[in-house]
Amino acid sequence: MNSISSEDRVIRAIADIDRYSDYNAVTSVFSDVEERAREVDCRIKAGIIKGRLAGMPIVIKDNICVKGEITSAGSAILKNFVSPYNATVIDRIIEAGLIPVAHTNMDEFAMGSTSETSCYGPVHNPLDFNRSAGGSSGGSAACVKLGITPLALGSDTGGSVRLPASYCGLYGLKPTYGSVSRYGLIAYCSSMDQIGIIGSDVRDISELFEIIAEQKKQEVYSISGGVRVAALAGFDKRYDEFLSLIAPMVASTETVELQTLKYAVPSYYVIATAEASSNLARYDGIRYGLKGNSTEQVRTEGFGTEVKRRIMLGNFVLSHGYYDRYYQKACNVRRIIKDEITKLFEKYDVLILPTSSEGAPLLGDSLDNPLEMYKSDVYTVLANLTGCPCITIPCGKDKNGMPLGLQIMGRHNEENLLLALAECYQSRRASYEL
Amino acid sequence: MNYETVIGLEVHVELLTDSKLFCSCPNSFGKIPNSLTCPICMGLPGALPSLNRRAVEYAIRTGLALGGTINPISIMDRKNYFYPDLPKSYQISQLYFPICLGGAVDIGEKSIRIHELHLEEDAGKLIHDDSAGRTFVDYNRCGVPLIEIVTEPDIRSGDEAVRFLDNLRRTLKFIGVSDCKIEEGSMRVDVNLSVRKLGSDKLGTRTEMKNLSSFKAVSKAVEYESARQQTLIENGEIVVMETRRWDENKCVTIGMRPKEEAYQYKYFPDPDIEPIVTNEAYLTEVRSDMCELPSVLKRKMIEEDGLPEYDSDILTSEPFLAELYKVTRDITESAKDSSNWILTEFLKLWCNESDWNSMRKESLGELIVLVNSGKISRQTGKEVLVRIYEDKVIPAEYVEENKLAMITDAEIIGKAVQNVIEQNPRSYAEYMEGNKKNFGFLMGQTVRALENRGDPSVIREVLSSYLDRGTFE
Repeated sequence: MNSISSEDRVIRAIADIDRYSDYNAVTSVFSDVEERAREVDCRIKAGIIKGRLAGMPIVIKDNICVKGEITSAGSAILKNFVSPYNATVIDRIIEAGLIPVAHTNMDEFAMGSTSETSCYGPVHNPLDFNRSAGGSSGGSAACVKLGITPLALGSDTGGSVRLPASYCGLYGLKPTYGSVSRYGLIAYCSSMDQIGIIGSDVRDISELFEIIAEQKKQEVYSISGGVRVAALAGFDKRYDEFLSLIAPMVASTETVELQTLKYAVPSYYVIATAEASSNLARYDGIRYGLKGNSTEQVRTEGFGTEVKRRIMLGNFVLSHGYYDRYYQKACNVRRIIKDEITKLFEKYDVLILPTSSEGAPLLGDSLDNPLEMYKSDVYTVLANLTGCPCITIPCGKDKNGMPLGLQIMGRHNEENLLLALAECYQSRRASYEL
Repeated sequence: MNYETVIGLEVHVELLTDSKLFCSCPNSFGKIPNSLTCPICMGLPGALPSLNRRAVEYAIRTGLALGGTINPISIMDRKNYFYPDLPKSYQISQLYFPICLGGAVDIGEKSIRIHELHLEEDAGKLIHDDSAGRTFVDYNRCGVPLIEIVTEPDIRSGDEAVRFLDNLRRTLKFIGVSDCKIEEGSMRVDVNLSVRKLGSDKLGTRTEMKNLSSFKAVSKAVEYESARQQTLIENGEIVVMETRRWDENKCVTIGMRPKEEAYQYKYFPDPDIEPIVTNEAYLTEVRSDMCELPSVLKRKMIEEDGLPEYDSDILTSEPFLAELYKVTRDITESAKDSSNWILTEFLKLWCNESDWNSMRKESLGELIVLVNSGKISRQTGKEVLVRIYEDKVIPAEYVEENKLAMITDAEIIGKAVQNVIEQNPRSYAEYMEGNKKNFGFLMGQTVRALENRGDPSVIREVLSSYLDRGTFE
């Protein structure tokens, strides 16, 4: 499979970025990528690097710092920020012979579910130009769906890898919180931010996860006894295809209700906005990024509406007199949710649940109603609140013919089981859209 | 009407770690602005802190030295506020679960309780260029580890405040966590002060004073502010809760900004930093690494070595002096001689602390032994000390090489006496006629003739036997 040189693959990826520029999936193309590809070709020839990903171009979400490149997190306030350092994941993938070629469009500071809050404008879904590619890693998902690169790095704080992957009919992995270094990932909500992977082939995702994970792969997960599956009640039909395809691996399937699920979105938004209000306070126009006459002016002009809304919310829930009522309470609720999930995983090996109730919305639909947008995160935020690994797989279609996703969530550090199930599903699936 | 002054202190102390609190940048002072920075301490997008374990150890060591209780789980919090010298727009500090609670510092007749001790990072420095109307920021100090020690409102006067600070400074220097240079800003003191009518148990409205760059300033500011508040109350006016700056030149405090009781710092636990968990085994390890505290040393000097309070106080004012004393005392086996030499001769020469490091600690003790054993005179000893100071000579070698050993040979001394008498016939005659006072003069002349190297007791003996009996026998 290394018959095509890395240089050729990179040249093709750059050409594709240009060809598909209407989709607005890319914010900036990196410099010297062809030269880097030639170096990688030499290293491959010399046998220094090998593996299925060696020489592969990859796109990077715009909130992951790449040395010497504009890293703006989709925000006007950082539109001119050139990172002087690489995120740890970037060092890792470069060492493994992958070639980062471009930054991808995203919701501003990863705050959004449709990639419409970007200062660069919305990302269009490759399956339907009028629909959202999902968010916040919409550009990453669109690039993979368009075939620009087989893999993309995204970040997932409340579903931002899984939602766009499912809207575009792809696989998306959010690893266990902390299993992949987030050094160099522009912070939104530090206690939930997690770098993840979007791809069209689970095997590529497995391979890349092994490269970027802090701890090397554990023993292959023993599935000799069969996997005990818990399925979130209320979506039986949507599980059929998946359960029938992975049947050989499954020991039992039971439907479960989650008592705390209804508290997931409220606690997520309180905690996420609280942390965001502090994480985004550093953009004051003094040291880097947008400049102006005052911090107030820079922040007024540099931040978009959704970001401002979350900063205001976050400041509110941390304010004197409201801290206990909102922030502390949300943290307590988060602990209760964690407890329920921990208990669940004493009886079951994985939990399956939809990635979203509907497929990709039309562009413009969610901007007017942020509360509806927040609510749509109900199934994805569970993995972020609990830190559990979770993978979304393409499974089914909505009434508009847009792909739907199914999530497999597991215990901490059991990505291997999730990946094994997804791979089994992928290989046994008769046909799926590419 | 009699008033009582109630004072609580907040003392910030920079820790002497090699690197900063959350990154590997060097922790050092006086370098080219912004040369000691990296993405972490500059708060660049995406950069994350990793906690310096040594700083945590120093904070715990301090907590233990002050007799506080180390929190088994301590949490770093974010204190959110905008200021140009604060790159992340929040300071990583501690509010809810500080490293250490409680403890006390003894100041003689009473003890000042410590409320808490917490760990935090320092901010950068603003440099105002008034001529150009511009302000520059130096981020070198950003992320330098600090501990903040907060006292209970137990202090009643400027003198008590200074004694507290002095004892605290000694302790921190001895356990090696800080150099506590108040002039260089590695120790910074904020004074919270209120006054109330004597006998009242209700606290008055307090002000907070900043910019106190010496212990003297602390004492003077307390005096001034206490009087100012009393006058206000006497005149029926109210004291406004505010932050005031001490003006060193005018010796007054000046209001800076009103202090809102509930300023919105929006503290919350920093999600980037794991809680600091300590167990008994770790605390035992830190305790066992700790040297003796100055207060303990001082007591031992008085009780075991029999030194006066004054001596022991000076000898425990700096770790080096205490160490020098210990080494000297062990060599000379005389506490009082060791103390005397250090307090008088040593400190006269080594008045500059920066010279201490190059001092070979054994030299002083060896020198005193040479003097005490009669090998050299006290006067020669003082001269050798100058050579030790200037040329780092080894006492015994120097004395040997320069033939400075004391003359005890009665024959040599006798010749000198003879010469002195020949050169001073008048004095000699007067003595013989009964003017016994001239003995001192003749003695002095002999000492001088022997260039201060003659053993005084031998000179005395030889001279008197000659004068009394006209013979050297």
